[in-house]
Amino acid sequence: MAGTDGRTEKAGAAASDAELARRLDRLSRELDTEKREREVARPPQSKDGSGYAQATKMASEFIAGVLVGAALGWGLDRVAGTSPWGLIGFLLLGFCAGVFNVVRASGRMTAGNADRTGGDRGSL
Amino acid sequence: MEPTAAADKVDPIHQFGINPIFDLGTIGGVPIAYTNSALFMTIAVLLISALLIFGTSSRAIVPGRIQALAEISYEFVANMLRESAGKEGMKFFPFVFSIFMFVLFLNVVGLFPYFFTVTSHIVITAALAVTVILTVVIYGFYRNGLKFLGLFVPQGVPGYLLPLVVAIEVLSFLSRPISLSVRLFANMLAGHITLKVFASFIIMLSAFGFVGWLGAIIPFAMTVALTALEVLVAFLQAYVFAILTCMYLNDAIHPSH
Repeated sequence: MAGTDGRTEKAGAAASDAELARRLDRLSRELDTEKREREVARPPQSKDGSGYAQATKMASEFIAGVLVGAALGWGLDRVAGTSPWGLIGFLLLGFCAGVFNVVRASGRMTAGNADRTGGDRGSL
Repeated sequence: MEPTAAADKVDPIHQFGINPIFDLGTIGGVPIAYTNSALFMTIAVLLISALLIFGTSSRAIVPGRIQALAEISYEFVANMLRESAGKEGMKFFPFVFSIFMFVLFLNVVGLFPYFFTVTSHIVITAALAVTVILTVVIYGFYRNGLKFLGLFVPQGVPGYLLPLVVAIEVLSFLSRPISLSVRLFANMLAGHITLKVFASFIIMLSAFGFVGWLGAIIPFAMTVALTALEVLVAFLQAYVFAILTCMYLNDAIHPSH
């Protein structure tokens, strides 16, 4: 009686071992897919928690856009002799690019439009 | 006690002067010298090398202080790169790590009194930013060919708007090295000037006897607070520079918009 009991116990233990292994395997597989999905879905987390860093980032993005526009327009005017139209046009474009930069930089930081920021990540 | 105005005046820009330490001759008529800027770059590189060489020499499983610092700096940059540029970006790890550590050490070393802040010169930051952007452009074309230009063509834009949007995208791309270099340079320059100006208020006020001494407490408190802020800024700007480098590298690896 005791022997059979021990055997069933052992068999039960073996079964539960197998069961446990199976469950572990399934769990790790599920975790893997979950992790992969999350990696795909998750936009890159910007961890620069300090508002100061964000402020300087935004300001310099905007200024850089305007500066590059003005410099390109001025250079074009000098080369092509179209003064002042190149400067005017490229300065306006530069303002657009600056605003664009800032919107993109801020879009990345707000959690609300995660799908959008996932799309154009890295285009800051 | 009547200090003259000239002796009283503290020149907040003076600290950014470049002084040659010894000459190395001329190249094309331009004098080349080992300057104080070069000296502090050397110091920063030596400090970084020392940190990493001593930090990794013991190879303890339970790291000591220096080893922990070296490991933390590795993991910090590695995680940052992996998060923003994916696993493929890890081939740029040496590049990003060098840039991060170099900028961080230059910023932090510059905080010590009488030390020179190399990153407060736009020549240095612009050279770093141009290196980053050239790496992105060259690697982007090498890896993706002409598909790299798809970076400038966002999807889902109606055809009649495309020329305008592409022009703006190109401008926005061209503005990257500018914003990258100007941000670092302006932060360091402005921070150090502010610090110097507030510190000079203490000296000016102390010329007015006891009342001046009392009044000098306020700029003194400001100087202490600003020093703390500058430590934060030194780290943050190195971090921002490095993370933007990672994001731009991500563009080179995955140029799809």
